[in-house]
Amino acid sequence: MSEVLTRTFMTALVSGGILAGVPLMFTALGETISERAGVLNIGLEGMMLVGAYVGFVGAYYGHTVYIGFLTGLLGGAIASLFMVVLCVRLGLDQIVIGIAITLAGEGITSVLQGAQFGTTYPRLGAPPTVAIPLLSRIPVIGPSLFDQPLIVYLGFTLVGVVAWIFRRTNIGLNLRAAGEKPEALDAAGVSVVATRSWAALVTGCCAGVGGAYLSIVGAGTFTPFMTQGQGFMAIVIAMLARGKPLWVVFGSFLFGICLSIATALQLAGIDVSVDVVNMLPFIAIIVALMVFARRSYLPPALALPYVRGAR
Amino acid sequence: MTDVTTEAPVPGARIPAERGTSTRLAANVLDVFVRSIVPVLLALVAGAILLLALGRNPLTFYGDIWKGGIELGAWQDSLMRAAPLLLIAIGLTVVFRANIWNLGYDGQFLLGAALISGLGPWIVTREPLWFALTVLFLVAGAAGAAWTIVPAALKAYYGTNEIITTLMMSFIGVGVANILIKGPFQDPTVNIPETRVLPLDKMLPSIPGTRVHVGVLVAFAAVIVVHFVLTRTSFGLRLQVLGANPRAARHMGVKLPRVIVMSFLVSGFLIGMAAAADILGIWGYVRSNWNPAYGDTVIPFVFLARLNVLALVPYVLFYAVLSTGGDLATEHANLTTDFLLVLVALILIFMTLIEYFGRRRALGTSYLTPGLRQSLRVPWRTTSKAAAE
Repeated sequence: MSEVLTRTFMTALVSGGILAGVPLMFTALGETISERAGVLNIGLEGMMLVGAYVGFVGAYYGHTVYIGFLTGLLGGAIASLFMVVLCVRLGLDQIVIGIAITLAGEGITSVLQGAQFGTTYPRLGAPPTVAIPLLSRIPVIGPSLFDQPLIVYLGFTLVGVVAWIFRRTNIGLNLRAAGEKPEALDAAGVSVVATRSWAALVTGCCAGVGGAYLSIVGAGTFTPFMTQGQGFMAIVIAMLARGKPLWVVFGSFLFGICLSIATALQLAGIDVSVDVVNMLPFIAIIVALMVFARRSYLPPALALPYVRGAR
Repeated sequence: MTDVTTEAPVPGARIPAERGTSTRLAANVLDVFVRSIVPVLLALVAGAILLLALGRNPLTFYGDIWKGGIELGAWQDSLMRAAPLLLIAIGLTVVFRANIWNLGYDGQFLLGAALISGLGPWIVTREPLWFALTVLFLVAGAAGAAWTIVPAALKAYYGTNEIITTLMMSFIGVGVANILIKGPFQDPTVNIPETRVLPLDKMLPSIPGTRVHVGVLVAFAAVIVVHFVLTRTSFGLRLQVLGANPRAARHMGVKLPRVIVMSFLVSGFLIGMAAAADILGIWGYVRSNWNPAYGDTVIPFVFLARLNVLALVPYVLFYAVLSTGGDLATEHANLTTDFLLVLVALILIFMTLIEYFGRRRALGTSYLTPGLRQSLRVPWRTTSKAAAE
């Protein structure tokens, strides 16, 4: 009896962790890219919401999830254009604009959702999954890890690609220089503004896809304010991962498991208050920050607009 | 070290004296107008365009805001809405002056609200009303202040980014408030998760001749007290020096951790008081998952007021009207009230844009404390390291 109990519990925990962790992974990966380049994206929450809404609408009218993810990506990119133009190009305060993007994202998606669907929340069908032969038959972790929508595998690939770009390519070097010492990058003849613009734009795309995953795969529908602080969680994950993409994966799934522990416990027959469980990831973050307070790392030029020749 | 962007000196100083006082006055008036009022106007215009795009009539929408926020005694509702907004806004001003971002206002507010609506019905029947209400105000303030301790300590002693910690504590605070409302404070006579309702005669009394409760007076009193403290005491000066330049503050002998913790506590206390003014004045109870998110909406006005508490008053009154009337207007236009969030975001964006052009054209002092951009890093450790190098 208890054998079965732990098995259902574990399966639910792992699959729930993946389900909740993937949007965090995408978003935190994006934040890692822009933080490394010296752009702090407090507006991540808003970008995720825009991605979630636009992605849902795309999937709803386009009838495939792929159109949904594509539109979600575009939505996130458009939201991040504000960041690019206002913060990177014009050098306005990144925190103020970030708060503005979050508020605007919350407001506009809620208004559009209300204007378009009223109080009905149409649902999407379950997204098609791709099972990897053999691996998907491993008990407990098999079905939850290796029988996923295509976008999940793409996400893992993206992490590898980003890690490789950071370590091995010129682009990665430029990105890191833009966050560590923009003057040096400028002196080397590479445009700081262009580097940061691309970084911020890619961040928007990642957050958009993360949001779209939340609405298309995670919930199957869009509800206003559905991100519930996950954009901010992604910022913390990126901060604690200290710019290392592989740590981002680890952190995201840790928090994904925190988020999904409620459902898993309910499946195992243990009834816990939703409020307690909703608080868990945030408590985990506060504890992590207390323990690793001295070790979280942010690039020196983070959130500072680059002005050529300024001292 | 790109630490401090050069700011223009005090307003007026850049205008040559020979041009005469009338020119200077006109320039100052223009300056205030462009920097403080134009962003709001632009946001309203952009909001109107957005309404047109959504197929609503912006003129009726803004007309409804006037009707629902001012006319037929609605101004009294607006005034009451202004009380919590004002208290939160001055709470934020205190920390923003020290260049600290306390973004945990939702948790601090709701925790205060949950505590007093749970304790309220119990204490008002046992103690004299004036005493009970005072105690409840203090309890709410203490709850708000207590919720800032962890971010304050982390910021003061480890330099941990307080944007993140306050936000996280805010989410936890909202959760704790919900647990309190559904658990110990749950009204046993109803099935909905909400606290017991305060009897009408046990709430904050009205100012004679109006429906406006005295919480509004508390808010205005707080404005005067905080303005005095910020501008006329050494604590206010220390805050300002810390905000302008942490290194200078350290050299001045300011005990940075103490000032950081104090500013957090004062801020949390004022935000908690806001909850008391709102609950004891208007609602009388709290339902679970209730979150008016007042803090989000006052942030732009805190900046537009140049972190000046007195200048906040007209802005907050304006937004109180917008918000009270907005309830009616959004209902008539069949939109969610979240449309107001878009307006607020637009104000923020236009404000920073105008600030940008203002900086380019040297249109007077900026609304940001010079050291604001440093807040993301360990404020004095890195600078001292940089100084040592």
